[in-house]
Amino acid sequence: MTYPANYRYTREHEWISLDGNIGTIGITDYAQNSLGDIVYVDVPKVGDQVTANATFGSVESVKAVSDLFSPVTGTVTAINEELKSSPDKINEAPHDAWIVKVELADPAQFDALLDAAAYEAFIAEEQ
Amino acid sequence: MRYLPKSPAERDRMLAEIGAASIADLFAVIPAEYRLERDLDVPRQQAESEIVSYFRAAGQKNATDYASFLGAGAYRHYRPVIIDSLVQRGEFLTSYTPYQAEITQGTLQAIFEFQTMIAELTGMDVANASMYDGSTGAAEAVMMAVRVTGRHRAVVAATVHPEYREVIATYAKHQRLPLTLVAYDRETGRVDLAALEASVTEETAAVLVQSPNFFGVIEDIPAIAAITHAKGALLIVSIAEAVSLGVVRPPVEADIVSMEAQSFGVALSYGGPFCGVIAAKEQYLRQMPGRLVGQTVDSNGYRGFVLTLSTREQHIRREKATSNICTNQALVALMATIFLTVYGKEGIRELAEHNLAKASYAAAALSGQPGAKLLFAGAPRFHEFVLQTAESPLLWSQRLMDEKIVGGLDLSRWYPELGNATLWCATEMVTREQIDAAAKVLAAGPLEA
Repeated sequence: MTYPANYRYTREHEWISLDGNIGTIGITDYAQNSLGDIVYVDVPKVGDQVTANATFGSVESVKAVSDLFSPVTGTVTAINEELKSSPDKINEAPHDAWIVKVELADPAQFDALLDAAAYEAFIAEEQ
Repeated sequence: MRYLPKSPAERDRMLAEIGAASIADLFAVIPAEYRLERDLDVPRQQAESEIVSYFRAAGQKNATDYASFLGAGAYRHYRPVIIDSLVQRGEFLTSYTPYQAEITQGTLQAIFEFQTMIAELTGMDVANASMYDGSTGAAEAVMMAVRVTGRHRAVVAATVHPEYREVIATYAKHQRLPLTLVAYDRETGRVDLAALEASVTEETAAVLVQSPNFFGVIEDIPAIAAITHAKGALLIVSIAEAVSLGVVRPPVEADIVSMEAQSFGVALSYGGPFCGVIAAKEQYLRQMPGRLVGQTVDSNGYRGFVLTLSTREQHIRREKATSNICTNQALVALMATIFLTVYGKEGIRELAEHNLAKASYAAAALSGQPGAKLLFAGAPRFHEFVLQTAESPLLWSQRLMDEKIVGGLDLSRWYPELGNATLWCATEMVTREQIDAAAKVLAAGPLEA
């Protein structure tokens, strides 16, 4: 699977896309593939604060529960309600199945993250 | 693995290997004043026949044939002999945690049946594989509510077992969780609803009550639930006497039920082991502490059982685990499972009705004596009641003991405001003759000096 060029990535395997100062966050294809079948996603509430590099929730697969790390600092503006009943959407289409939307406190944080090429190089090393 | 004690020759070889001259050398770092320089003062070794005689003689000192009116969280019920016959089978007695489903189907199925029966009895959707006991279960239920709600305060009724409250306070102290105690109504012995309403706020994670409560009184769960839920808090109902569920309506309005299952076939044995359990509404499943066994099908389509939803537990998630419980009371839960299977639905009801009748008779017989008064008389009760006496319990309890009767529990330690009050319990194990004998002792009053 290709990693969208307009997204940015973390070394913890989250992606983020930016529209104005609203970031949309999910987990990468590499992450969903390592986790296996995802059965539950634990997310913050709208209005909660998230901090760059800090955990903001967790994804539970049949194998493990893994923390979600926020790529940026900001305020949660929306959560993907569809994942409550269909967490497997993340396995099906990881780069479309977003988890939360965040209003960035500092949009410059976006540019400091890995771009697609850098992320692909990073996961090539991990494997 | 065989156990072979080490020989002097082996000791010498080990010492030589590490370069020590003697075993005493190994303790050289301990200052001489802290070292014991003589042999331990223990009896010489004895022959098996001598040891058996010793323990037989010691066993003779046990007080037997006493009638007991003690309850307060530890209940004397009849234990069908099949319980000990089955739990002593090696397959159950020596088995370890059933991580490997393919070799532990029997243990897993027994736990699954325990969970199923507990969920049905408590009116909850799911129950876990068991907790250490009712007190730690109640504390874990409070922490669970904190995780579910994201709030950091709890409200606890003063009618919850005082020792449960101590355990909860210990957990809360180290989680820096503020606890608010809610008083009881002095007329009814139930939670003071106005005081409760004043204590529950938008910051309250959980309200914890016990029913039947420590006084044996059944709380108004629907009213307590309405007050709790109005502020978005979770209601935890603690049940210390599981047999009560034979006649008392299950606390279906609760979000979490924490129960002590000792009454279901577990011997009192000097205070333990007991058997706690947490049951909850399905939506809180992922925040439940402890183990959970689920039913599934194997690769050939046959029914099977596995530990499930354990991805948040200690053996997988380490320091981020949901709770610090890392086992369950499997063997003790098995006793409860066998007990419930032997009694069945109708049997539990009959047992509970029998207890209710005994306690009703005892309350009338004892409170009818001069100077004695039944407290909280108008409130619904199960098999415990509070008796207030003119004379101190310290005085009349010795007269009861002379008649081989263990009287009620002195409440002055926890509830001094009730005066000379004692908590009495009458299960199916006390006879009408024993109740009459206790009433007669109270009727006789103090001996002439």
